[in-house]
Amino acid sequence: MNVSTRRTREIIASMRIIWKEPLLLVAILAIFYFLILFVAFPIFQVFRYSLVVDKQFDPSNYVAVFSARYYYQPFLNSILLGTITATTGSIMGFGFAYALTRTALPLKGFFRQTITFPIISPPFVVALSAILLFGRAGSLAPILQRIIGEYSIYGLGGLVFVETIAYGPTAFLVLYGVLQAIDPALEEASMDLGASRARVFTTVTLPLAVPGIASAWLLVFIQSMADFGNPMIISGDFRVLSVQAFLQITGMYDLSRGATLAVLLFIPTTVAFFLQKYWVSRKSYVTVTGKPTAATIKRLEWYIKVPVYTLCIVFTAMVFLLYGTIIYGSFQKLWGVDRTLTLNNYVQMFRVGKDYIIDSLSLSTLATPLTGLLGMFIAFLVVRKRFIGRGVMEFTSMLTFAVPGTVVGIGYILAFNQRSALFPFILTGTGWIIVLLLIFRNMPVGIRSGIAALQQIDPAIEEASTDLGADSSTTFRRVTLPMIAPAFFSGLAFGFVKAMTAISAVIFVVSGKWNLITVAILGFVDNSQYAPAAAMSLLLIVIVMISLGIIQLVVNRIGQGVRTTTIIG
Amino acid sequence: MREDYLILNDLVKIFGGARESVVAVDHVSLQVREGELVTLLGPSGCGKTTTLRMIAGFEFPTSGDIHLDGERMNNVPPNRRPTTMVFQNYALFPHMSVAQNIAYGLKIHRVAGRQIKERVEEVMRLVGLKGMGGRPPAQLSGGQQQRVSLARSLIMEPKVLLLDEPLSNLDAKLRESTRIEIRKLQRRVGITSVYVTHDQEEAMTLSDRVVIMNEGRIQQIGTPSEIYSHPANRFVADFIGKANFLDARIAAVDSPTGLTLDVYGTDLKVSAATESLAEGMNVIVVVRPESVALESKPAGGLTGVIQESVYLGSETVYEVQLEDRLITVKVPNPEEHTLFAVDQEVAVLLKEKSLHILPAEEPAG
Repeated sequence: MNVSTRRTREIIASMRIIWKEPLLLVAILAIFYFLILFVAFPIFQVFRYSLVVDKQFDPSNYVAVFSARYYYQPFLNSILLGTITATTGSIMGFGFAYALTRTALPLKGFFRQTITFPIISPPFVVALSAILLFGRAGSLAPILQRIIGEYSIYGLGGLVFVETIAYGPTAFLVLYGVLQAIDPALEEASMDLGASRARVFTTVTLPLAVPGIASAWLLVFIQSMADFGNPMIISGDFRVLSVQAFLQITGMYDLSRGATLAVLLFIPTTVAFFLQKYWVSRKSYVTVTGKPTAATIKRLEWYIKVPVYTLCIVFTAMVFLLYGTIIYGSFQKLWGVDRTLTLNNYVQMFRVGKDYIIDSLSLSTLATPLTGLLGMFIAFLVVRKRFIGRGVMEFTSMLTFAVPGTVVGIGYILAFNQRSALFPFILTGTGWIIVLLLIFRNMPVGIRSGIAALQQIDPAIEEASTDLGADSSTTFRRVTLPMIAPAFFSGLAFGFVKAMTAISAVIFVVSGKWNLITVAILGFVDNSQYAPAAAMSLLLIVIVMISLGIIQLVVNRIGQGVRTTTIIG
Repeated sequence: MREDYLILNDLVKIFGGARESVVAVDHVSLQVREGELVTLLGPSGCGKTTTLRMIAGFEFPTSGDIHLDGERMNNVPPNRRPTTMVFQNYALFPHMSVAQNIAYGLKIHRVAGRQIKERVEEVMRLVGLKGMGGRPPAQLSGGQQQRVSLARSLIMEPKVLLLDEPLSNLDAKLRESTRIEIRKLQRRVGITSVYVTHDQEEAMTLSDRVVIMNEGRIQQIGTPSEIYSHPANRFVADFIGKANFLDARIAAVDSPTGLTLDVYGTDLKVSAATESLAEGMNVIVVVRPESVALESKPAGGLTGVIQESVYLGSETVYEVQLEDRLITVKVPNPEEHTLFAVDQEVAVLLKEKSLHILPAEEPAG
């Protein structure tokens, strides 16, 4: 019996088992339908609109884009921005990770909390704060001007600064895991054989961390390329793809040109994602198990301590400065002009933004548990079940993670502003399109935490349940779900944070009837109403932190003590 | 051969801060001869690894001194110490080939390329890794990885070779053969070695001298046979091999090296230094399972009842109820003896020559 016939038989055998459980079969088919409809179809639509003109294949959009500087400059700009930010973010992340895993830096918990804080805050808050501090009326602008001369915070420099703070933490989390997983005995062995601290670093630590650094670099590159909120606020004349695609569609109603720019955004980010997932991670020498190894922290030379500690202190101070400015700014009458403290901004913010807040809360609250359940269930199917198309399911469900929000948002307009053979309803303008977008955009987080949790559970426990007569759904409900509950709730926490702070995709599908808090903040910023914008950002951060706190309490009650922050990122 | 090649002088290591601290190593003093292999043996948490790591320079002593070849080592960082270590999990650099791993230390010390190549090949031949230089360590078996680790340390020609439970990740069979190989290699190279293990069999077969540690303190230093036949205290007796402990009273002190014991009403002549002993004192008799003979016909003396019998081929192990104690007895070559049945009454004969006595109330620890 050769390999292919054996495989065929195996597949047929596994199909037979699935046939015996119609509920499972229905669930698998339903999930495939949803994934095709809400993940693949919108992306397909973006490509179709960019390539098909008047029902005929026509590359004229691309020709136009690449012949006009107005269109291709944003592409080059985005790549440039992504490259610089990925580099600065990785350096920062590595410095922090090294300090926290390899040195005797005091107050490690404090530094860790502070550096990861930007992850749970709305992404564009940093840009807003940067304007308050370093913008034209910025309170620190005169000082900075004296140091570096004439400058503008609007543009590439400001963007790199802001995105490094916003996305450096992602690099930190990746590299923290990697450095923690490098066996300290390797570094000891190197030292034991005569290497100085610097040689240990260059011959052992760094080479082993290289795949991790590449991973971190690519992830920050993706986030920077896909970032919409920060460039919207602070890019000035430095035009980037995500913003240009948005302006094409909402400003000029040019769907096909917008779709073309979205494709240009889609390609490099997706390539980077697959490089990271399938190539870089395979080169890794260390497996991140989450099991921390006690690093040996002994006498460190000054030439390591000084730069690393300086980096940590400067960045931590920067985070405090930026978020402190948001708090301070939200109470000032008119930033840079009238420093009287007032609550007016909050009054104004509530008057204008009450509906936004309510919409954001209710839509996110509706989307979050659905995200979590769907994510968990897909994780369960992917890890534990054998069926045709399992790989495709995993691939498709992870796809939204790789695709920039702008592309997904445009895809949702193009896919659901008319009836189609796949889906006979128009969703544009409803609250449902926002909920669905939030669910399918944040689902990969749920899947990832689910897969991680499931892989730690011995399949024999589930087999025991099946052995005692339970079918798949009962086993999932009575055995699997309770065991993965902590991961589930941590996934929920992150899903909620992402839903509340989302901007790049949802901005395309909000409507007069259903709108979101992040869009409202951008609106304030657009009108140069920075103080109400700061007030609303602060409110959003407070809501997010309260909900994280509640979910952490629930997780602690369940008892496994999984920290939500460990799942985040 | 220098007697005081490596000196540990009153070493203390305290971990933790003011609020919570653990005394890992508690006033440890030791002298290692040049060319000698000394084993630090003890249960986990006894301070043996911490002591080794202080010799390597990975931990700095809270107090006390380390001298190596006449030089004080206390403040010398590990990369400047003439010691190399074989790590428990080998700590091979996964991003380097076998040859690169072995050459690493020489490269750090800027030895010329050609010389490195020669020496790497020589060491690889020595440990039996010939022809494997190009492979990544992940492709080697556990035993081979272990040898790479050993080669990587040996090539540096350290003044002291440190081995931190190097065999604990190997399976039982391989452990035994590697143990013998390490011993042969150490003798051939004549390298001074400190070896940490929790496996008493390993310590007995490998060492010139064994240092038994418990709770950070040295319990006894001696050759394997000294430690086995004359354990300094109950801990050592129990940790090295199996031991039965019987309560006894000194019936008479016969000479400076001999006395008569009263064990459950039976007199036994035992040889021991009697200097600090006097008639009427209570003592503990250490009885090894193989120092007991059983006979089927009780003829005066001690009698016991067989509670359990386990046939092991080369020997039979009995559990025998002797008065208020359950003692373990090993009878070799069961084919030559009558086998005893459970509940059978037997005469228990203690071989007087191999009995060892300890004071009844020993100081804590």
